[in-house]
Amino acid sequence: MRFSASPLRRIEPALVPVINLAAALVLSALVVLAAGSDPIEAMTALATGAAGDGASLGYTLYYATNFILTGLAVALPFHAGIFNIGGEGQAYIGGLFASLVCLFVGPPLGWAAIPLAVLAAAAGGALWALVPAWLFVTRGSHVVITTIMFNFIASAVMTFLIVNVLIAPGQSSPESVAFPAAVWMPSLGGLLGPSPLNLTFPLSLLLAIGVWMFLRLSRRGFEVRAAGANPEAARAAGISVGAATVMALTLGGGLAGLVAVNELMGAQHRLLLDFPAGYGFMAIAVALMGRNHPLGICLTALFFGALYQGGTELSFDMPKVTRDIVVVIEGLAVLFCGALQNLFRARIARWLGPGAAA
Amino acid sequence: MSEAGTELLSIVAATLRLATPLLLAALGGLFSERSGTIDIGLEGKMLGSAFAAAAMASVTGSAWAGLGAGIAVAVLLALLHAFAAVTQRGDQVVTGMALNILVAGLAPVLATAWFHLDGTTPALAESARFGSLALPGAAALAHTPLFGPVYARVISGHNGFVYVAALAIPAAALVLRRTRFGLRLRAVGESPDAVETAGVSVAWLRYRALIITGVLCGLSGAYLSIAAGAGFTRNMTAGRGYLALAALIFGRWRPVPTALACLLFAFADAAQTRLQGVALPVLGVIPVELVSAIPYVLTVLLLAGFVGASRAPRALGLPYPTGR
Amino acid sequence: MTDAAAAVELRGIDKHFGPVHANRSVSLRLRRGTIHGLIGENGAGKSTLANILYGALLPDAGEIRIGDRPVAFRSPRDAMAAGIGMVHQHFMLVETMTVLENLMLGQERGLGLGAGEAAARATLASFARSHDAKLDPDAVVETLPVGLKQRVEILKALHRGAEVLILDEPTAVLTPIEVQALFEELRTLARAGKTILLVTHKLKEVMDVTDAVTVMRQGAVVAERETKRTTPAELAELMIGRAPQPPARSPVTAGVPVLEVEAMTLVDPDGVKRVDGVSFRVRAGEIVGIAGVAGNGQSELIEALVGLRPLRTGTIRIGGTDATSLSVAARRRLGLGHVAEDRLRLGAIAAFSAAENALLGRQDDAACSRRGLLRRATVRSTLEGWMRAYDIRPPDPHRRLALFSGGNQQKLVVAREVERRPSALVAGQPTRGVDVGAAELIHARLLALRAQDAAILLISADLDEIRLLSDRILVMCGGGIAGEVAPEAVDERGLNLLMAGAEAA
Repeated sequence: MRFSASPLRRIEPALVPVINLAAALVLSALVVLAAGSDPIEAMTALATGAAGDGASLGYTLYYATNFILTGLAVALPFHAGIFNIGGEGQAYIGGLFASLVCLFVGPPLGWAAIPLAVLAAAAGGALWALVPAWLFVTRGSHVVITTIMFNFIASAVMTFLIVNVLIAPGQSSPESVAFPAAVWMPSLGGLLGPSPLNLTFPLSLLLAIGVWMFLRLSRRGFEVRAAGANPEAARAAGISVGAATVMALTLGGGLAGLVAVNELMGAQHRLLLDFPAGYGFMAIAVALMGRNHPLGICLTALFFGALYQGGTELSFDMPKVTRDIVVVIEGLAVLFCGALQNLFRARIARWLGPGAAA
Repeated sequence: MSEAGTELLSIVAATLRLATPLLLAALGGLFSERSGTIDIGLEGKMLGSAFAAAAMASVTGSAWAGLGAGIAVAVLLALLHAFAAVTQRGDQVVTGMALNILVAGLAPVLATAWFHLDGTTPALAESARFGSLALPGAAALAHTPLFGPVYARVISGHNGFVYVAALAIPAAALVLRRTRFGLRLRAVGESPDAVETAGVSVAWLRYRALIITGVLCGLSGAYLSIAAGAGFTRNMTAGRGYLALAALIFGRWRPVPTALACLLFAFADAAQTRLQGVALPVLGVIPVELVSAIPYVLTVLLLAGFVGASRAPRALGLPYPTGR
Repeated sequence: MTDAAAAVELRGIDKHFGPVHANRSVSLRLRRGTIHGLIGENGAGKSTLANILYGALLPDAGEIRIGDRPVAFRSPRDAMAAGIGMVHQHFMLVETMTVLENLMLGQERGLGLGAGEAAARATLASFARSHDAKLDPDAVVETLPVGLKQRVEILKALHRGAEVLILDEPTAVLTPIEVQALFEELRTLARAGKTILLVTHKLKEVMDVTDAVTVMRQGAVVAERETKRTTPAELAELMIGRAPQPPARSPVTAGVPVLEVEAMTLVDPDGVKRVDGVSFRVRAGEIVGIAGVAGNGQSELIEALVGLRPLRTGTIRIGGTDATSLSVAARRRLGLGHVAEDRLRLGAIAAFSAAENALLGRQDDAACSRRGLLRRATVRSTLEGWMRAYDIRPPDPHRRLALFSGGNQQKLVVAREVERRPSALVAGQPTRGVDVGAAELIHARLLALRAQDAAILLISADLDEIRLLSDRILVMCGGGIAGEVAPEAVDERGLNLLMAGAEAA
C-alpha cells in the first residue's frame, strides 16, 4: 500500500525557497529604488560582479568557502538543538592556533606544516566552543549568552595579541609577519582567474559531505539528532544527551575554526585583525536558509558568496549604492526563507495540485 | 569631598547613564518574552530607532520629532516580528536575527542615500538633541555634606531618558502585577491554552506585548543617537541589544532583578574605562584591550555560578497554536 | 424521554478530518438537570463531538440547539456566552498562578484587578458554602493535588456562568476516592439544575453516576439507553461491536529471579519521597503486575529501574548483576527492555521516521551498527518484518512517526522492545490510548515473551489489563507496595481499597 506522490510534490521543497528568495530580491530592488538608484542596473552589476568572468567566479567561490564552513558550524549543533552564535570567536581563535603553527612550525617543516596548521585551526575553534558547551551541560548556562560573550572575549584577546605581541615589527597596521610561502594553502587561482580561491574550497565541500555522512549514516550522528529532537526519549534510549551536545557544538567550533585556513593560510597569508568579519553571524542565515542540510548550506553559501563578491563590484560601479545593500538582501533573504517561509507555502501547494500539501 | 569619593560618584553617575539604553531595551524584551515570544531582535529595533531618530532630528531640527520617529520605526519592526512569529508562526529566533541583519544594512544604505555621508547622519546641533536636566535645587544643595554631592552629581543632571528608564522599572512591575493586561500577559507566556479557553485572544495579547517592546526599544535607540550621542553611526548599538537580552535572562524575566543586572553590566563597563592604564595591585597595568573584556568574562562567570538554567516562561518560543 | 425539557440538543452533526469521518450524522439530546454519559472507544468520535458542542470545532453539517433555540458557535467564546463550559482532560490552568488568578483570567471586570478579584473570591466563598471541599484562593495551582486542580477547572466554568458542563475523561488521573468526590460534586450540580455531559470510555463510571448514556462507535451513535435499564456487559458489546476476546494465559513455571528490587527509596528534586522502601522480584517466565492509580510512584519506579533517576537507597539487580549505579545503556546491555508510559515523551521521537525510531535504544546493538556506522538496510528490513507481524499501518518505514495513529505508534514501540528479546521488560501502560484490536495484539505479544522466559514487570492503571496478564499482582499506593494479591483471588472492591491506601480486605 503506497500513497501516490505527485511528481510535482517533489519539486515543492525546492520551489518554496526559490519563491521566497525571489520575494526577497524584489523587496531589495525596491530598497535600491528608494535609495535613489536604478534597481535593474544594481542587480545586473551584482550578477556580473559575482560571475561575470573567471576571476570574479573565483572570488565568489572563495567567499562561499567561508560560508560553507561557518554554515556547517551552525547547522551541526542545530541538529543537537543548540544555537551556535559563537562562530566569530571560534574562527578567530582557530586563526590564532593556525597562525602560531604557521609562524613557528612553518619555517622548519615547510609544507608538512600545512596539515598541522589545519588541525590546529580546527582545534582552536573546537576549544572555543568546548567551554560554552561544557558550561551548558554541567551548569545549565545558557548557550546563546555564553557564545556571544565568548565572541566578545575572543575579540578582546585577539586584539591584544595582534596589536601587542604578534604584530610584525615596524608595522603600523595590526597584522602579523607574513607566513612563509611553504605553508600557504595551495592556490586554485590559476584555474579560473586571479583570485584567492584555494584548496580550502574543495576541502569545505568534502567536509560538507562528511557532515552529511556523520549525521545520516553514523551512530554518533544519530545520537546527536535524537538528542536534539527529543532529549528525554534519547536519554531513555541510553544516549548520553550531554555528550552528544558537547560533541555537536565542539565539532561545530572546529568547522568554524577552519575559516582561518581559507582566510589566513589561503588568502591573506598573515594574521589580521578581525578577519572573521561577520561570517559567523551570517552563517546563521546560511544555515537556516539551507535548512541545516549540508547540500542546502552549500547552495546557500554559493548565493551569499555571490552576493559578497557582487556587492564589492557593485560598490565600485555604483558608488551611491554602498556595500550595505548586500546586507539588506541577506536580511530579507533570511526573513523570507527562514521566518516567513510558510507565507507562500499554502499558495504554492494549491498551485501544484492535490498531493502537494506538506 | 575626597578624591576617591568624587571618583566613586562619577562612576555611579556613569553607571546610570550607561545602564539606561540597556534597561529600556531589556524591559522591552521582558514584555515580549513574558508573553511567550523570543525577541533576539532588540538590537535591530534599537539600531533602527537610533537611525530614524537621528535622521528625523537632523531634517526637522526637533529632538521631539526625532523621538517620535525613532519610536515609530521600532514599533514597526516589532510588528513585523509579531507578524512573522505570531501570525505566521515562524521561527522566532530566525525572525529576530533577520531583522537585526536587515536593519544593520538598511540604515547605512538610507543614510548614505539621504545624507550623502558614509553610512552616518550629519552631526546634530545641541538644539536637536535632548540635553541633561538639572533637578530643582541641585545647585543650591550642592554643598550640603554627603547628600548634596550625591544629589547634584548622581541623581540630578541626567538626561530625561535616564529618569524615564528609572520610572519604567516600577511601571513595568505595576503593569505586570496589578492590571488585567499584566495578568493575561503572564498567563499567555505560561499557558496559552488556558488563555485561549478563557476566551481571550492569544495573538492579540502577543501583538500588544511586542508593541510595548517596540516603544521601549525605540526610547533606547533614540537615547543613543539624539541624547547620549549626536547622530547615527554604523552599528552604533555595538551589541547592547544582546547584552540587554543577557540581562533579561539573568534577571529571570522580572523587572527589578533585570534592572539590577543592567546596572551590573553598566557598572562593569563604567569601571573598566577607568581601569585602563591604572596599575592594580598584583596584576599591574592590565592592557586596554583585555580590560574591555571584563564585563563579558564577568557574565560568563556569573552564568557558570548559577546551577541550572533560570526558568523561562513555559511557553517561550513555542508558536501557538502548536502545529499538530 | 421526549417530554422532559431539553437543555441542549445536537442534530445530525457531521465532521470530517480529511479522509477521516469523525462524526457521522450524530444526534444527542441532553435533559436539563441530568448527567448524561457519552461513551465509546478511543477514536469513536466522542471528543470531536464534545469539542463541536464547546465551539472549538466547526461541524461540517448539522445544528446545535440550546433550550430549543438554534445557535451557531464560531469559537469557544460564543459557546461560553451561551452557557456551555468545558472541563478539559488536560487542565487548562496556568500552573504558576494562584487559584484566584486562574479564576480571574478572562473575567477581570475592568482594567485593574480589584473588581475581578472580588468577584472571584465571591464565587469561591459560595462554593465553599454549598460544597464540602475547601479551596485556598491564594494557593499556587502547581502545588494542588490533581483532584483539587480539577475542582478549579470546574469552578472556572461555573464562574463564567456555565449552565451546561462538559467533562472530557475527567477521571483518568484521579484516585478512587477523588472520583467519588467528583461524582458527588456532579450530582449536587445536577440537582441545582445544571446539565452535565460526561465523556468517557470507562463503563463503571457511567453506570455509577449517569442518568442516561449514548454509545458511539466509529463516528456514529449506535445506541441510547437509560442507565438504570442497561448493564456494563451490554454497553461493552455496543462499544466494541463484538464480544471481547481475552488472550489465553497458559500456566508457565517461573524460573530464577531476573529483576530484583530491594528497599528502593527515591526522592524527587523537590525533596518529596516518591518511592518508599519498595522491594519485589520478577522471575523468568512470569508477569508481575503493579496496579495503582497514576501518581503513586509508579512513574518514578519505572524511571529508576530504567536508569533515568537515581535512588536514594536500595538496590536493583538485573540477571544477578548489581545495576543500581549503571547507566541506561549499560542496563539495556544487561538485557533490560522498556516500553515507556508516555510514548511520545520517552518512548519515541515523533519527528523521526519509523525506521529511525526502530533504532532508538538499539543503536549500540550489533544488529544495528558496526564500527560506528548504522546498518540502515538491516534495520529497515527488520522493521518491515515487524510491520507485517504487528499489523502496523501503513507499513512505510520512511513515514514520520507523528503521522501514524496512536495505536500504530504504540505497536511499533512495543515491537522494538519485545523483539529485542530482553531478559527483563518493564512495560508502563502498554495499551494506553490504543484501540481494542491493537491492545489484543500487544497483550498476545507480551504473553508470548513471557512464554520465552522473559521476566516482565507490567505497570498499568487499567485493572482489567493487570488481571488479564499478571501471574502476581502488587498494589502500589503512596510510593510503597500496599499489598500483593493473586489475580484469581482479587475482587474489584478489595483492589480499590488497597489502591486507596486502606488495609487489604
